Amino acid sequence: MGWGGRPPFILEGRLMDRLPRWADVALVPFVSLTLAAIISALVIVAIGQDPWEAITVMVKGSVMNAYGWGYTLYYATSFIFTGLAVTVAFHAGLFNIGGEGQAQLGGLGVALTLLFIPWPHWTIALVAASLGAALFGAAWAAIPAYLQAKRGSHIVITTIMFNYIAASLMIFMLVDVLRPPGKMDPATANFPPATHLPSFNEIPGLNAIFTSGVPANVTFFIALAMAVVVWLLLWRTRLGYQIRAFGKSEPAARYAGINPTKIIMIAMLISGGLAGLMAINNVMGEAERLLGNSASGAGFIGIAVALMGRNHPIGVVLAALLFGFLFQGGAELGLWTKIPIELRTVVQGLVILFTGALDMMVRMLLVRIFALFRTSRLEAA
Amino acid sequence: MADPAYAIELKGISKAFGPVQANRDINIAVPKGTIHGIIGENGAGKSTLMSILYGFYKADAGQIFVNGQSTPIPDSQSAIRAGIGMVFQHFKLVQNFSVLENIILGVEDGPMLNTSLSKARNELERLARDYELDVDPDALIEDLSVGHQQRVEILKALYRQADILILDEPTGVLTPDEADHLFRILRGLKDQGKTVILITHKLREIMEATDNVSVMRRGTMVATVKTAETSPEQLAELMVGRKVLLEVEKAPAKPGEVVLKVEDLRVRDEHKVERLKGVSFEIRAGEILGIAGVAGNGQTELLEALGGMIRATGRAWLKGADLPLSGTGADGQSRRRTGIAHVPEDRHHHGLILDFTAWENVAFGYFNDPRYQKNALFMDNDAIRTDTERKMAKFDVRPPIPTLAAKSFSGGNQQKIVVAREIEQNPALLLIGQPTRGVDIGAIEFIHKQIIALRDAGAAILLVSVELDEIMSLSDRIAVMFDGRIMGFRDPETTDERELGLLMAGVTGKGEAA
Repeated sequence: MGWGGRPPFILEGRLMDRLPRWADVALVPFVSLTLAAIISALVIVAIGQDPWEAITVMVKGSVMNAYGWGYTLYYATSFIFTGLAVTVAFHAGLFNIGGEGQAQLGGLGVALTLLFIPWPHWTIALVAASLGAALFGAAWAAIPAYLQAKRGSHIVITTIMFNYIAASLMIFMLVDVLRPPGKMDPATANFPPATHLPSFNEIPGLNAIFTSGVPANVTFFIALAMAVVVWLLLWRTRLGYQIRAFGKSEPAARYAGINPTKIIMIAMLISGGLAGLMAINNVMGEAERLLGNSASGAGFIGIAVALMGRNHPIGVVLAALLFGFLFQGGAELGLWTKIPIELRTVVQGLVILFTGALDMMVRMLLVRIFALFRTSRLEAA
Repeated sequence: MADPAYAIELKGISKAFGPVQANRDINIAVPKGTIHGIIGENGAGKSTLMSILYGFYKADAGQIFVNGQSTPIPDSQSAIRAGIGMVFQHFKLVQNFSVLENIILGVEDGPMLNTSLSKARNELERLARDYELDVDPDALIEDLSVGHQQRVEILKALYRQADILILDEPTGVLTPDEADHLFRILRGLKDQGKTVILITHKLREIMEATDNVSVMRRGTMVATVKTAETSPEQLAELMVGRKVLLEVEKAPAKPGEVVLKVEDLRVRDEHKVERLKGVSFEIRAGEILGIAGVAGNGQTELLEALGGMIRATGRAWLKGADLPLSGTGADGQSRRRTGIAHVPEDRHHHGLILDFTAWENVAFGYFNDPRYQKNALFMDNDAIRTDTERKMAKFDVRPPIPTLAAKSFSGGNQQKIVVAREIEQNPALLLIGQPTRGVDIGAIEFIHKQIIALRDAGAAILLVSVELDEIMSLSDRIAVMFDGRIMGFRDPETTDERELGLLMAGVTGKGEAA
């Protein structure tokens, strides 16, 4: 195994560092989630409520009927986009924290496309708005990407700062530029009816299941398609190969003649574009006008989704569904129980904490258990 | 009860890491006042064994005796208390501390440093007198040469009253001269009654410096012999388990046209320090130019500049055509297109992506190759896998599994993957750095043969290695680098290690232009 030159303790770390693949992709998130659920239950008990009632309400309101699914899938759609955005950047070794701002700018792109050009049909409007959303999201990611590639400014810092700039820019745009005369709220006018995207209850076939109005709309299928596209990009194209190689080792990429500036720029443009695309779902598909704080945290949730989904499109889709459930179930809590809706944020926070930040803790614990298991099996043999 | 005539006696030591048995029932006895060599290939278990002795690992089974007393060593503090000192391959020194401060670090007598420092100063003077271990006690570590830093490590161990000194691959970073000096120091220590354990994979050092030698292979101790009664060939056979050709067989070179011509090549690092100070040479087709020198004298920059990894100034031509050294056309992709292949010095950081599979690594640097594309959009991963299987078979990579991650292969097999990838491109010029670093003897023999075969097929080869033996046996001409310059060219048939060693230390013989 070639440990001659290296300090031996690293070797140990390497050999012991292995989990079976099923444990890596399924067991680690499962244990993390269970831990988050247990702590959440303790919190609910601590505020004098019944955790069993809470989980029942959450499940009932989000996945036990079509109406609940209509919301869960709507939220999940946004999270797939932002999760994929984080994933693409991650494979290039870049931590894009700016999904929130990029998604808001994506919303601006959608609004400008739909408000000022008369579109004959929603399909054409959808293509145009998608381009607008992706373009604006990508543009917002381009500046931090350029600063990283050319000036070495850390992308985490700059993308965070760009979230704040985006928020301020949106307030300015909505209050001073796009607000229709005479209106009091900081929002654009409604988009023309011709640009209305079919919701699940309006799509032939699906409307047999979704009988009442739900926010989930055709964008969900675009999100799934984008998951496939991202998978193809990363694992089947030369560009994806270069992105992954650069993300694994910048010195090695330099040896192979991969241009760092090019890869940083392209990966961040794709990432920002994906985050921007989220606006199709919420701005064009649901609100049908641009409101303040349009991304409402989905950009940040995308980070947790990507972490939990192991930066793989399939994982991202599954994790996005889970967070969709948490969002919708949490809203139901506020409606039907005495548990305050703020608890939803607590539960989400715990899930993010355990699946994202404490992931390594759970992993190391499992690695140790598996190592014990292996040793005893060896001794038995 | 063990024999107190032995400084160290290990009985039945076993250690497993998961499924890998790193040490299996090891017995070894090191007589007091001797220099004892431990030799074995990478992964034979030498480092693990010494880590057990120094308390980094706990053995699964077995006993350690120090001076005849059963001595459990659960941590390195106990090892130090038992009189064992260790000099690591990678020094553990604080760069911006003085020699004296480094020596007392961890063994200060109290919160105030003055008394410790003056005590250490006296002790240091005594040690320097006794063992030829002179270093300036007030010099900062970062200002010392590598050879001197190593002396500080030895002094650290002696200051902690070590009677038994373990040195792990100590000469990897030294010039032949510095290595000779080290061996003199070790003999001095031995004469004073100290016991020295020398871990190395270099047969020459074993023959030169040790009294007894133990050979390890695949976690077991296969033999312990008196050095005077053995030969390098016998030791190599014991290490590998079969007969090994230590000499490279090659026909005389038949140099053709000039393939690479370099004039006044200069490289500055990110701190604007000049690392390559005007290097000029040429290599012909069918010729191996070996660059000898102590690591860090500009060889790395030379390879990286020619390989398109860093920018340089000066001029270069490949087969008469201008080879850009900066700007467009000076990147790794352009280099590969013009027929330059590059086996980098550091396979872990440059040559491979350890998390990638073997087949992904075979496409590394050649992902634009038309043979690897399915259409304009997608890569043909199946084609790459098939190609990988072919290369693995040809270069005897084990295990021959293209889907295995590069990090799962041994050092020798990793290097074979890199060498296969580059040589199989049939380059006009091959840049190859440290082709056999961390590679076991069997694989060294194989890689050397492939390099010679490529030369005989008419390629020009620029070989950089810190292993002087390798340079001398492979090269058709030798250039010696020191401080970013070529100190002179030599013919391997007529030169010797002494002459090269002097050039490597920057001493020019006949007033040659540097």
